[in-house]
Amino acid sequence: MTITFLLNGETVHAQAPDTATLLDWLREGRGLTGTKEGCNEGDCGACTVMVTDEHGPRALNACILFLPQLHGKSVRTVEGLAAPDGSLHPVQKEMVAHHGSQCGFCTPGFVVSMATAHAAGRTDHDDVLAGNLCRCTGYAPIIRAARAAEGAPVPPHLSADLAGPEGVAPPETGAQAPFLPETSDALADWYAANPEATLIAGATDVGLWVTKDLRELAPVAFLNRCADLKEITDQGETLRIGAATPMTDVLAALRPLHPSYAELIRRYGSDQVRNAATIGGNIANGSPIGDNPPALIALGATLHLRQGDARREMPIEDFFLDYGKQDRRPGEFVEAVTLPRSAPALRCYKISKRFDQDISALCGCFNLTVEDDTITRARIAFGGMAGIPKRAAATEAALVGRPWRAETLANAAEALAQDFQPLSDMRASADYRLQAAQGLLPRYFDDLSGRATHVLEVSA
Amino acid sequence: MSVHKPTPHDAAALHVTGQARYVDDIPVPANTVHLAFGLSTIAHGRVTAMDLAAVRGAPGVIAVLTADDLPGDNDVSPSLHDEPLLCDGAVHYHGQPLFLVVADSHMAARKAARLGAISYDEEVPVLTIADALERNWRFEKGPRVYAKGDVDAALAQAPHRLSGRIEMGGQEHFYLEGQAALALPQEGGDMVVQSSTQHPTEIQHKVADALAVPMHAVRVETRRMGGGFGGKESQGNALAVACAVAAAATGRPARMRYDRDDDMTITGKRHDFRIDYDVGHDDDGRILAVDFTQYTRCGWAQDLSLPVADRAMLHADNAYLLAHARITSHRLRTNTASATAFRGFGGPQGMVGIERVMDHLAHTLNLDPVTVRRRNYYRAAPPAGATPTATPGPGAAQRFGGAHAPARPAEDSNTTPYHMEVTDFILHEMTDSLLARADYAARKAAVADWNAHHARLKKGIAFSPVKFGISFTLTHLNQAGALVHVYQDGSVHMNHGGTEMGQGLFQKVAQVAASRFGLPLDAVKITATDTGKVPNTSATAASSGSDLNGMAVKAACDTIRDRMAACLAELHQVPPETVRFADGEVQVAAEVLTFAQAAKITYENRVSLSATGFYKTPEVAWDRLAGKGRPFFYFAYGAAITEVVIDTLTGENRILRTDILHDAGASLNPALDMGQIEGGYVQGAGWLTTEELWWDDRGRLRTHAPSTYKIPACSDRPDIFNVALWEGENRAETIYRSKAVGEPPFMLGISAHLALSDACAACGPRYPDLQAPATAEEVLRALRRAGA
Repeated sequence: MTITFLLNGETVHAQAPDTATLLDWLREGRGLTGTKEGCNEGDCGACTVMVTDEHGPRALNACILFLPQLHGKSVRTVEGLAAPDGSLHPVQKEMVAHHGSQCGFCTPGFVVSMATAHAAGRTDHDDVLAGNLCRCTGYAPIIRAARAAEGAPVPPHLSADLAGPEGVAPPETGAQAPFLPETSDALADWYAANPEATLIAGATDVGLWVTKDLRELAPVAFLNRCADLKEITDQGETLRIGAATPMTDVLAALRPLHPSYAELIRRYGSDQVRNAATIGGNIANGSPIGDNPPALIALGATLHLRQGDARREMPIEDFFLDYGKQDRRPGEFVEAVTLPRSAPALRCYKISKRFDQDISALCGCFNLTVEDDTITRARIAFGGMAGIPKRAAATEAALVGRPWRAETLANAAEALAQDFQPLSDMRASADYRLQAAQGLLPRYFDDLSGRATHVLEVSA
Repeated sequence: MSVHKPTPHDAAALHVTGQARYVDDIPVPANTVHLAFGLSTIAHGRVTAMDLAAVRGAPGVIAVLTADDLPGDNDVSPSLHDEPLLCDGAVHYHGQPLFLVVADSHMAARKAARLGAISYDEEVPVLTIADALERNWRFEKGPRVYAKGDVDAALAQAPHRLSGRIEMGGQEHFYLEGQAALALPQEGGDMVVQSSTQHPTEIQHKVADALAVPMHAVRVETRRMGGGFGGKESQGNALAVACAVAAAATGRPARMRYDRDDDMTITGKRHDFRIDYDVGHDDDGRILAVDFTQYTRCGWAQDLSLPVADRAMLHADNAYLLAHARITSHRLRTNTASATAFRGFGGPQGMVGIERVMDHLAHTLNLDPVTVRRRNYYRAAPPAGATPTATPGPGAAQRFGGAHAPARPAEDSNTTPYHMEVTDFILHEMTDSLLARADYAARKAAVADWNAHHARLKKGIAFSPVKFGISFTLTHLNQAGALVHVYQDGSVHMNHGGTEMGQGLFQKVAQVAASRFGLPLDAVKITATDTGKVPNTSATAASSGSDLNGMAVKAACDTIRDRMAACLAELHQVPPETVRFADGEVQVAAEVLTFAQAAKITYENRVSLSATGFYKTPEVAWDRLAGKGRPFFYFAYGAAITEVVIDTLTGENRILRTDILHDAGASLNPALDMGQIEGGYVQGAGWLTTEELWWDDRGRLRTHAPSTYKIPACSDRPDIFNVALWEGENRAETIYRSKAVGEPPFMLGISAHLALSDACAACGPRYPDLQAPATAEEVLRALRRAGA
């Protein structure tokens, strides 16, 4: 199909296979080699581009971004940051002045991430750049550059991106074209008729099926145009989040409601990944190490599924049946998740080798209710401890009815060993997973007692 | 003068605008072919059959080559000729290239490469140090031993003994630009190769052998790498040779880049080590004797493992005077990727061994580790300017066994375990300065106080010094060449044998050239490293780039400058030494010419404005078999203090603050040197903390992508990161008295590991015996060992 978007201020019409990545198209199709391939899986940020749509500019990894996802949007690459007269963007200028580049290979990605954050007035530079790896500088001069560029005016030529491309035709339909539905109703009808199809939301996982597994995907549907799948609805007691909502928007919505869950999401992927990845995708792919499911299970969230016009819902933990197997019927898709707006005792702990942009070795989420000094309800769920995200039933049983004391939590550690027999792999050994998981019980007690519990809260 | 100024990297503006061109960015003709290797899926055994029909029939495939199809040598080894480009039947590791796919696109080649149907006769792989020792799989016949004094007697007589073991993992380079090459066939069978390599001459050599042509038929060009760190010293050979062979076979340009997962699977990494130590010491923490046994996993091929293991031995002393020392080194062969050069080149591993001893000793004696370290330091150098009696003058290359050899130094003299006199030791005063700047004593007390008030989280603080030897230990590599042209408009074209991988070498050398001519920097054009311009170069490695190439360019510039001066002096009938080059002008007698006018006059007087330059490091002489001599021209020094915090429930840990004082001599460019120091520290700390290589029991590396292998991210740098350059100049006669700076700061990262050890030690009575990398998991194990 023909994909129309604005590229560095110029409307372009791209003809490419459904799963052509923006990165390959830029480098091989347009000769725009400033955008680099570093890892081809969304983990290094060397391919970062700025993509602007109705939500404003966001940084995305071009290596796992399929061209159909861009229809009607604006793309700016490193080549388009300097003004037409050649004068450098403020972040470019400061990167030179502060010696922020050495080998220079990661630099275009850094500069684009920084320019995107700069346009939004963001100064949380460590979070902005968590998805950009640099092996030369140790990051210090890059942060100095980012700080120096704070407050400089956004170059006027970038505002063209807000208007978007001209002459955007509606997405093509037909057997040869990928399906780009505008509503969940259209998606439901099509998917019911094409249950073998692959649904692509943010492509942060499916992208790797193409770039790493080298799979051919057809037929495919791209979900990013389904506005009603991206709605976040305040329902009073609960919040309903559409399945195609990017994690960036989930993070913004949850920050005031569930700060601990929000902190988990802050460490989930990177800015580029959260701008693409969706909450529904993270649930639907059924990974045992996805970070949303343990939090949602601890919250007692409800999952909404849809197949054609038929809808059903279930406690989210029931969706995960076994490793690689979910309670999802052919042609059925995750439509939304509903979670309570209030859960003051919810705490989410992610353990990984690296704090930022790392897949969890384990992720433990705790939500206890204490009444009259007695634990009356317990919802505890872990990722990374079994083939599926799973509740710690024995641990919960060991807690409910007991007094809210440090010893109670410590004593429940043995029950955790009944709940989980984790695996050893490259992220952690089975022993460590269990020991660290057990350590989260006393941490939870300390945390709710108001003590500092995390190394990220400590300074020199 | 341009030198000593903090000017930006020469390509900074190109980097930030995306214009800087790397190998895979070079525009190529439309008929270019793209390559991918088919890889072995077992770690050890023999290929019994390769059915490549599906590969050949895959869309876009133009040709498939196996070992039998190669026109010349099937070898990409930098050393022993033991590394076939394509499998000759024996499978040595998981991910070994078996066959080469030539296709019309990168993706088509990758897809086809997975379609080979390979039958194997599989054998049990030899994966660990224990496996290799059991099978006696090693390089060189037996262990290599360097010794000084009488270790056994001194150990036996020592009042106290301390022994232990530290294991440290390897490290993936994770250069952001993966390996890449491009071959462009020329008329008459010649080949031009663009390669992302630290060693263009070796690429030229291997390509020539593979094509069975003389080296003059191959020209290799390298403008820049997107990071090297040692990982492009020899690991680019396979891609360049593959491209050349494919280009020769098809008559079409051939391009190859490894996908990241392939890159991490195929290419070598830092050597992992186990070091056992047996120490004799006194009550005050003075080491009386030490016996180190170093075991290193070299992987399947020799590559650069011998000099790496040598350098680990040569840094087993680090900053400490060891009266009686023995270092035994086992170089073990395993069915894993062939370990290779990586920043520090064995030095960091050797240094971790002795720093572990210091840490363990201080813990055992309940002394401040800084005190123990200082008691064991080498003696201070005489004040700068004083005549250093022990420094040999020119001709000292013959001092060992030569006619003018001095008597062997007494054992209590200031010599290393390899019998080199240390004459430039400045760590006493650097340590004083750093402890004061970092407020070490007060912060050490504050950490103890903080720990007394926190049950779950504990802090640690540690100091570590660096003394790193500068020179290639293979003495003949300590040479460099340059080619400089001055054009008649006064602009300068500069070329030398060094390669640019981000370290700023080109900028530093351009600063030298501009300074020699008294020109502004923009008058000097930096050009790509090119084997057709400067031949027979050494790898840009061993931190030697600016020392060697700076001197070679200086020599070339001075030749031209002297010719210009002579020409102008004759025209003005004044002595040539009165001609002055400064501020873009040339003053001769009373006349002031622009440099361009001076160049034009020189040209019109038929004087050559082109010159080569050559340099060889003086005074180095080394017998690696005996372990005696002067392997290093001088030492570079540094010191760091790191503060960390750990979580005793999960082992999670983080660097909070780092203070560094580093010696770059009279820095050629303080900004670029600071960049090397900050970046080196973070990379070194990453090696010892989050960067974990993990193989399964079948020998498959399972951490083969950034999703599973975790280099430091932005927020992992220290919150507070104070870096300063030591004010001083190199006592050795280096280019503008600067010091090499590429590798030494890497080892400042050892202080992070020691700080974690300190935090663990705060949690229990026993020594935590922290191994490396200190992942959260390892910290939790260490806490158990400490008795937390």
